[in-house]
Amino acid sequence: MNDAAHFTIEDRDGGPVLRMGGVLAINFLGSLPSDLDAVTEPVKAIDLSDIDHIDTIGAWLVHSHAQRLGAEITGADDDTRRLIDAVSAGSENVVRVRPDATPAVQRILSQIGEATILSVQTLLGLLGFFGSVLIATWSLIRHPSRLRINAVVQRFEVVGVSALGIIGLMSFLIGIVIAQQGSVQLRQFGMEVLTVNLVGRLTFRELGVLMTAIMVAGRSGSAFAAQIGTMKLTEEIDAMRTIGVSPMEALIMPRIISSVVLMPLLGFYSSLVAVFGGGFLCAIALDIPPVTFVQRLREVVPITDLWVGLVKAPVFGLIIGMTGCFQGLQVKANAEEVGLRTTAAVVQAIFMVIVIDAFFAVFFTWVGWI
Amino acid sequence: MSDEDLAIDEEKVEEAIRAGEIAVKIRGLRNSFGEQVVHENLDLDVRAGEILGVVGGSGTGKSVLLRSIIGLQIPDEGEIEVFGQPIINRTDEETVALRKRWGVLFQGGALFSTLTVAENIAVPLREFYPHIGNKLREDIAAYKIRMTGLPAEAGPKYPSELSGGMRKRAGLARALAIDPDLLFLDEPTAGLDPIGAASFDEQTRQLQQTLGLTVFLITHDLDTLYAICDRVAVLADKKVIAVGTIEELLATEHPWIQEYFNGPRGRAAVSAQKSHGEPRTPPDLPQDGEADPVGDTPEKDD
Repeated sequence: MNDAAHFTIEDRDGGPVLRMGGVLAINFLGSLPSDLDAVTEPVKAIDLSDIDHIDTIGAWLVHSHAQRLGAEITGADDDTRRLIDAVSAGSENVVRVRPDATPAVQRILSQIGEATILSVQTLLGLLGFFGSVLIATWSLIRHPSRLRINAVVQRFEVVGVSALGIIGLMSFLIGIVIAQQGSVQLRQFGMEVLTVNLVGRLTFRELGVLMTAIMVAGRSGSAFAAQIGTMKLTEEIDAMRTIGVSPMEALIMPRIISSVVLMPLLGFYSSLVAVFGGGFLCAIALDIPPVTFVQRLREVVPITDLWVGLVKAPVFGLIIGMTGCFQGLQVKANAEEVGLRTTAAVVQAIFMVIVIDAFFAVFFTWVGWI
Repeated sequence: MSDEDLAIDEEKVEEAIRAGEIAVKIRGLRNSFGEQVVHENLDLDVRAGEILGVVGGSGTGKSVLLRSIIGLQIPDEGEIEVFGQPIINRTDEETVALRKRWGVLFQGGALFSTLTVAENIAVPLREFYPHIGNKLREDIAAYKIRMTGLPAEAGPKYPSELSGGMRKRAGLARALAIDPDLLFLDEPTAGLDPIGAASFDEQTRQLQQTLGLTVFLITHDLDTLYAICDRVAVLADKKVIAVGTIEELLATEHPWIQEYFNGPRGRAAVSAQKSHGEPRTPPDLPQDGEADPVGDTPEKDD
């Protein structure tokens, strides 16, 4: 059966006949499809009496060329005839491969429109979700016994304790980088000692909390969205509702409480470690002994810098917890959506944290905590 | 059935493989996950041109058996031959040559979610036969869509826009894309409504007859077994405890087989088969005066 498919055109009485031979199967086709395409003059018949074997792809080739050349199919045995009938059934219905492409202008406009609608919807949805979180908080204040303390403690561990290592390492390195980059610039003015101001004020006011928020959004906000999204897919959340467990109390509130409570703690911890990193670099590279470093820190960093950080942190925590849970709850149809929603949770959380941070900067300047 | 009947005559099998009558041959297969042994000393032959149904309780390793045959699961021990060629310890090129000869329909359809249905069907063609032109490839995808009973509108749709039944048909079309000799179906009718399941069975049978396929079909669906399977293999106790037509299986005394085929659902499937596909009458109950499993048929309410 190692006989490649081939054909010859013979002149018989009544007109030219295309005579097929060999194995008309996909792995024996060779150049047959293009050779057949090159036949343009009409033939009267396609003769299949010499073929050894035929599969559906061969049958399709015979059928489509018979139609194109206006030929009839002769010499086919019963099996071949059946195969050709099977592949040609309904061939008048055109099957498209891809959806129709829309013109570029229309596509871009519709994308902009969809994105606008989506962002407004998300904003409204988040606002509504914020409302239901407030209601749930109020009902927890009125009935503290309904707080699921075990779930909250478990979240504390996942969001807080297990994040200590990575946040510590990140903050330590950031402290070193600020001190190193700052000292290079300040050396030009002979003011290397101001590196302490830079490290102290920057980490307590901004970077400690901000970097922690980014890390928590990436670590926990994404996990919230993925967990809740998967639970929605497997109908766990519907099951909870039917047996009278409020998903808000059992799933959402423990996560939001843990991120709100832990963000200030993690932010403070991060600031401390960053200062430690800065001090480490000052001691090694700038010959500022640790004692001097701490003394100077106490002189130049006002206590309000700590408050600035600590006031912002729970707000950031709320944003991260809320976007994570909200996006998780938006999952509806398929597993792919879990991935998209998880990404959206992280991106939105980080974006909103930075926007709110800018507002806080203006606000604290206004109240005089400079 | 005594042990001698179950024993496989190796000489006859060798002869059958040479004659192309046996498509898949499995000997002494052992699969395990950690401590848990799934298969132990499992033997099975799939004859060329038959539809072999594989049944077994949940967790008896039906899917693991399928994955072993198609080389996705490397067994601990044993030999598997497909068309007389061993599956285990092959080079990549040799494996590709064998993969061209089979198509697999996974349980959920396993369509590629970023491609349309027609593009999904074109993937095996493009991978295995890159010299085929685009036009012909799209034509092939189009008639595969029609052959598997999908509507023409399904071609440009993405898998997420399809119903479960259509997704299975699209998966079948992709499995058939390169005209395989051997078709593996993993629970093709699970999750389909009875009408969809019956038409899927019918389609499978028709395709098998038209294309001369060998079909290895894992199923829980008794109607499928009765309607289209030539032989049935029963997996239990970590091996294939019996293979044969349903009548032959009913003659054995294994308790699981008896319970499987003689349970209320088994008998319902038999009576449905006897009425030759006519619509089943609603109170499809055992006729031999046993306790009525439904208990609230209209007669009793009167």
